[in-house]
Amino acid sequence: MRKSKQRSRFIALCIAPSLILFSTFMLLPTLNIFWMSLLKWGGLSANKKFVGLNNFKILLQDMKFIRALQNTLFLIVIVTIVTLALAILFAAILVREKIKGQNLFRVIFYIPNILSVVVISAIFSAVYDPDGGLINSILSLFQPATWKTIKFLGDQSIVVYSIAGAMIWQAIGYYMVMYMASMSSISIHLYEAADLEGASKIKQFFSITLPLIWTNIRTTLTFFIISTINLSFLFVKVMTSGGPDGASETVLSYLYKQAYDNASYGYGMAIGATIFIISFFLSAVVNKVTHRDVIEY
Amino acid sequence: MSNLKKTSNLKKAFHNNIFKIFIYVALCALAISIIIPVAWVFMASIKQNSEFYANPWNLPAGFYIQNFINAFQKAKMGQYFLNSVFVTGLALLILLVVALPASYVLARYEFRFKKFINILYMGGLFINVNYIVVPIFLMLSGWDDKLDSIFGITLFLDNIFVLAIIYAATALPFTIYLLQGYFKTLPRAYEEASYIDGCSYFQTMTKIMVPLAKPSIITVILFNFLAFWNEYIISLTMMPGKNKTLPVGVVNLYQASRGKAEYGILYAGLVIVMLPTLILYILVQRKLTEGMTLGGIKD
Repeated sequence: MRKSKQRSRFIALCIAPSLILFSTFMLLPTLNIFWMSLLKWGGLSANKKFVGLNNFKILLQDMKFIRALQNTLFLIVIVTIVTLALAILFAAILVREKIKGQNLFRVIFYIPNILSVVVISAIFSAVYDPDGGLINSILSLFQPATWKTIKFLGDQSIVVYSIAGAMIWQAIGYYMVMYMASMSSISIHLYEAADLEGASKIKQFFSITLPLIWTNIRTTLTFFIISTINLSFLFVKVMTSGGPDGASETVLSYLYKQAYDNASYGYGMAIGATIFIISFFLSAVVNKVTHRDVIEY
Repeated sequence: MSNLKKTSNLKKAFHNNIFKIFIYVALCALAISIIIPVAWVFMASIKQNSEFYANPWNLPAGFYIQNFINAFQKAKMGQYFLNSVFVTGLALLILLVVALPASYVLARYEFRFKKFINILYMGGLFINVNYIVVPIFLMLSGWDDKLDSIFGITLFLDNIFVLAIIYAATALPFTIYLLQGYFKTLPRAYEEASYIDGCSYFQTMTKIMVPLAKPSIITVILFNFLAFWNEYIISLTMMPGKNKTLPVGVVNLYQASRGKAEYGILYAGLVIVMLPTLILYILVQRKLTEGMTLGGIKD
């Protein structure tokens, strides 16, 4: 009897701290997003008024939000497609081919993933700089006389692509290492058999490698959606703060602006709740669309 | 006949070579695109300011260490560096002290609400910091207001200890998920032997089980070191005062030095932020890229 009392006390003591921290700083704030999205709450005054779904009604007509949403969705699509293709390609090369310095390449490709988004943003600001930037100074070598510098971060029609460039640079190594792990678990015999049958490397890639890492790819698609929403916010916050003229605004950077610069917390949280639902919905759709029967061997 | 076979073999070898060349070109292109910008920052950090008006591809004329001295003293990067070291260390400590017992108990014991707690933490994997940073800020500032009206002090915002606690809390779900998975793989014989020797539950956990979980603890430390050291948005929001962490300090420096066209000090600041992570990475890169698949995705 005494033993069992001791046991429950031990369990309670072990669990309680984690539960308290988690509830206070993760669970409660998350629930608060949804609760606060129903309030009209402006400024630091304690003036809160329940307005139901009114914030969401305003949101649907807010052209700035729509634009931010478009930018975010565009980034999700372009970053996912390019990163996925490159990461799978390089993973397949490093796993399947005999490459000199294979380990060195893997080590180098993973470097961007250990750098702070702040550092990457600053690096890319230097790379994109219109006057002394790395890209512009190379490009100007080709046409020294007539060259007009590209304003990567200052041109409304280019800025989203520039952000996407930094995000892809950052993400390739991470996903590559992930795909490498699942590719190296594919049995070598499958490839040997395919070689004997005379299947080309490209054919092998599409009929062996791709189907067998499909589950892994599907999981990473959810990662792509969530992390693009988050990272695009951080990159935009440091590199352009949404400019020029809202051309690179993303949903979360717009949320942050509404909450801090405008101090309209209720409205900001309505944006948060909306993004939360959209990202959930998007992940579910992607998951459904990419569903295939799992191939075992 | 044999001639024909020979030419076909030659042709195949030729194709293979083209393929190989293509592969190496692709690999080198990506490697260069990653190394050059990073290396360029290191070079720019020792350039004098006048050199920034010349071609950016020029090598530095000399080793202008003054950039680093300025960054440490004028831009207070030294103080921010210490803040970051402190916050990262404390957050890691809190995280381990809180997460290890919870993971162990969840992995090994049966009790009421266990399933519920597990679901809670699994759900926590999907909660993202960037969404909840505003509600956390409002919660803390609300607490501060109450304290202020009663005792005349504020405690929660601008407090580096609170920042460390928040870091630890946000890392809990993934850490518990990872450690719990590892504890489950350890054989029960160790604990049974320890109980027979008369160890209490607590002693068994701290003396026997936690040391056994060392490999997964190292993975947890590595990943969260990078996450905490590089963290920007929570720190920016929860520390609105003069006391800052390194990433926030660097962004401030970035904005200030662009305005004043002092570039050298900016790149010195960037080097100060990324050098510790790069050194750590070079030391443990294998552990890091292997650990990633340990708890994350397995198919």
